[in-house]
Amino acid sequence: MSFEVYSLPFIAFFLIRYLRKTLKIYGFFPEWDEIFKKALYAIVLLFAIEIIFKINYITVWIWDALFVYLFWLTFTKDEFYITRTVMVAIMPIVIISYVEDISKVIGADFSKRIDNYLEYLYPFAFIWLVAMLVVAYKHRKNYDKEMQRKKEEEAHNLMMAEKKAELEFMVKERTAELTRQKAELQHTIDELHNTQTQLVQSEKMASLGELTAGIAHEIQNPLNFVNNFSEVSVELIAEMASEIKKGSMTEAMEIAEDIKDNLLKINHHGKRADAIVKGMLQHSRSNAGHKEPTDLNALADEYLRLSYHGLRAKDKSFNAAMETHFDKDLGKVDVIPQDMGRVILNLFTNAFYSVNKKKNLNIEGYSPLVSVSTQRISSSGKAGLNGSPQIVEIRVRDNGSGIPKKVLDKIYQPFFTTKPTGEGTGLGLSLSYEIVKAHKGDLKVKTKEGEYAEFIIQLPA
Amino acid sequence: MADSSLLKIIKMKILAVDDEKDMQSLFEQRFRREIRSNIVEFAFASSGEEALEYLNKHNHEAVLILSDINMPGMSGLELLKHIKLKYHTPPPIIMMITAYGDAENYNQAIELGADDFLTKPIDFTVLKQKLKLTSDV
Repeated sequence: MSFEVYSLPFIAFFLIRYLRKTLKIYGFFPEWDEIFKKALYAIVLLFAIEIIFKINYITVWIWDALFVYLFWLTFTKDEFYITRTVMVAIMPIVIISYVEDISKVIGADFSKRIDNYLEYLYPFAFIWLVAMLVVAYKHRKNYDKEMQRKKEEEAHNLMMAEKKAELEFMVKERTAELTRQKAELQHTIDELHNTQTQLVQSEKMASLGELTAGIAHEIQNPLNFVNNFSEVSVELIAEMASEIKKGSMTEAMEIAEDIKDNLLKINHHGKRADAIVKGMLQHSRSNAGHKEPTDLNALADEYLRLSYHGLRAKDKSFNAAMETHFDKDLGKVDVIPQDMGRVILNLFTNAFYSVNKKKNLNIEGYSPLVSVSTQRISSSGKAGLNGSPQIVEIRVRDNGSGIPKKVLDKIYQPFFTTKPTGEGTGLGLSLSYEIVKAHKGDLKVKTKEGEYAEFIIQLPA
Repeated sequence: MADSSLLKIIKMKILAVDDEKDMQSLFEQRFRREIRSNIVEFAFASSGEEALEYLNKHNHEAVLILSDINMPGMSGLELLKHIKLKYHTPPPIIMMITAYGDAENYNQAIELGADDFLTKPIDFTVLKQKLKLTSDV
């Protein structure tokens, strides 16, 4: 059968070609490529020799050996993995061919018997071949798909890596930018802090400057008397001495009386200057005391009596009625007692001063009254509501001469006073206002000129 | 005596305006020799209003006014303005005496026509020299 005789070289040829092509597609193996190329030439040459010299009985063994070698190659070398299905496909044909060849060697009879069986096997081998080639085709397609997917994945991964690197670079850049901006902002904040400190300092200096004019006036006036009365007294003593020498004792005694008056004046104005300086120190002193729970009712009562008796000691004719309306449920409030005492004292002093002034106008039926009341209220205004934030109020009210509208906005200014020179420093209310503000509270005033004045201290409780 | 008649002619009437009550005693003691020898005569007012009242009542006989600036009610500067603008010619000489020696007060006083500006504590030697100069003119 010519088919049987000539099928092997063709199959070998196409198989090697197939192997070569596959290897080229799935990875370049130059050493195999060269071997396969030479093998192809060799097959063509051997086939030609086989036909020309009719040495089929020899060459058939070479073809068989070649197939054995190819099978061995494909099933042992990993790089031939993809070609294995094709090898399986051709396997039955090759085996049949072996059996034929071996049977021929054994003997003609045997060969004929075998051939009968093989006649039947050939179609099966072909069907097997086709089926397996189809399987191989599908296998390869899947493999191709897998490889494609892998390639895409790799490309994707590569792209991701690039993107990641790019992003990382951007992040680094952005971070650097942010760090720079942060440093800039920090610098700006530092500058702002410095400016603020300077502003606070210059504000202090400015208020000191404002105070300076006040201090000048308040100190220079008593100083004027201290300096001049002492100088005059020196002159008077010289005069007194000469009068004594002359023997005119009456004149000498008169001069002595003048000197005594002068010394009293010097003393008075010296004390006045001292009081001003003390007031100033009090005004400028920063938080010396500590906040502690304080009974504001007791504090108000104590200072009410203190200020009243203080005034009585100075002026025997002074008299005023006092009323207290203390909230029994006031409880203790966190304040600096000496500071809050100063505020309350100041408000009482002002109230007594005001009623005394009005009393001196001799208005018929007028009776001076100073009253103090305390109350705990919720900040929304309704008394004693539990739960809502609460405040404590201290009201100091007098029925004196009130505060004229035109000075109402000046009463908290340092050194503003309506009292005659020497009687008030003008620091009382400004100091009080600062103390109440330092307690996070509020100092309010209600007044009607000629009728009353009411100062309201509101403190958070 | 020619001397004493001359003294009488140049006798200076001074109105001192200050809300500090001890000022009267101070002026009287500081000028006690001048007062005794009739070179000067003092009148006192404790406020601007009182000073104007005095000037009206006494037909502006004061030739020199020494006024404080910072006083309750009418301030010394208001008084100065009042006299310099509304009073007869020649207006009296006005010297301001104040504890506020700052430029603003000074400039305002000079602008309003103050003839001189002194600061407290008063240096009476300087004051007397200034008075002597004005009486010599």
